[in-house]
Amino acid sequence: MNKYIERLYNGIIKENPTFVLMLGMCPTLAVTTTAVNGIGMGLSTTAVLVFSNLLISALRKIIPDRVRIPAYIVIVASLVTIVQLLLQAYIPSLYNSLGIFIPLIVVNCIILGRAEAYAAKNGPVESAFDGIGMGLGFTVGLTCIALFRELLGSGAVFGMEIVPEDYRIAIFGLAPGAFFVLACLTALQNKFKAPSATNGSVSHSKLACGGNCMNCSGSACMSNHTTLESLRIQAQEEALAAKKAALAKKEAEMKAKMDKTEE
Amino acid sequence: MKELILVIIGAALVNNIILSQFQGLCPFLGVSKKVDTSLGMGGAVIFVIVLASIVTNLVYTFVLVPLDVTYLQTIAFILVIAALVQFVEMFLKKNVPSLYQALGVFLPLITTNCAVLGSALTNVQKEYNFIFSVANGFGTAVGFTIAIVLLASIREHIEDNDIPYTFQGSPIVLITSGLMAIAFMGFSGLI
Repeated sequence: MNKYIERLYNGIIKENPTFVLMLGMCPTLAVTTTAVNGIGMGLSTTAVLVFSNLLISALRKIIPDRVRIPAYIVIVASLVTIVQLLLQAYIPSLYNSLGIFIPLIVVNCIILGRAEAYAAKNGPVESAFDGIGMGLGFTVGLTCIALFRELLGSGAVFGMEIVPEDYRIAIFGLAPGAFFVLACLTALQNKFKAPSATNGSVSHSKLACGGNCMNCSGSACMSNHTTLESLRIQAQEEALAAKKAALAKKEAEMKAKMDKTEE
Repeated sequence: MKELILVIIGAALVNNIILSQFQGLCPFLGVSKKVDTSLGMGGAVIFVIVLASIVTNLVYTFVLVPLDVTYLQTIAFILVIAALVQFVEMFLKKNVPSLYQALGVFLPLITTNCAVLGSALTNVQKEYNFIFSVANGFGTAVGFTIAIVLLASIREHIEDNDIPYTFQGSPIVLITSGLMAIAFMGFSGLI
């Protein structure tokens, strides 16, 4: 498979940020009241993600390792500001309905997670495609959840009302409904043992944030990743030391045996 | 005075940061296994959000507004918050080791928590002055602590319950949070 198409497949299906990695839960629950909001949020995040991956990957050899996180944050925050101003100018209705969650894209795990896990190690074009894949995966996830919530809560699909008013369950459009929909989603994943960060079947070292996002928040994704990496190195070193010790022991035994036979 | 109290109660209960605003969900779901740890997390969040409200308000009024660059608020706030958390961590480690022991592990977790940046941006959006910003930040953080401690105590109780396999783990936690959100909707009549 072509490596660019592989990145897209990886982002949309294999490591879908919403369904598999469980990243960026705050916008997932908050803006999915209508499908249009879900798509809008997903595409805004995609735009930020593509350009942040592209820029970070292009600058990866210039940014010193020790200040990389603040540098990434500045890049992401600038891009978010650009997206925010563009939305305010051209799609004011979406800008109003997403509200504070547009500036909060800065602290979305997905963006810093991909910067750290992929863009910092790969070329600009692959990184941009990784951003497109992850962003579209996020958009698909948000839109799916939003479709269910809109249908159950206000009986509409993309704003077209199809369910009569008496059969609507208003709670799904409100805050508690978001929790219930996500609960059902994770329960289904448990039931079918689908790969998901919540049932621990995704190999942790391969995750963008290096672990279960249910147990981390923002920058913790980064520290998780470094901790896991250092643990891995430590384990390797320990294994090496154990191997050496075993070898030395064997040699000593051999020597003792030789001495014995010589005697 | 009455308005100040209304702002605090509004931020803590009526518009609870987690259960109705959906900010700071990751620590809410992640660090709520035990009441002790969730209390520590809550304390750290109160500390950081109040400090961040003070600092971001000062930055906004005395730097961004005079220079007419208020559109840079997101960048300025996130950098100030990240630096602030680092600074607080170093300060506590050096000067107040007992507090660092209690809150230390949670501080790095908070740097890019939505709730901190969210409350700073809300203060600007609602055009609160300095005192109201601090009150709103304090109320928000208290609301976070109430929600996370409640969830942790419920989780400690349901630990031994016989939950169907499918709903074990995060599904039951999410359903619990949903029920708590319904309960918190009852506070909307308070103000």
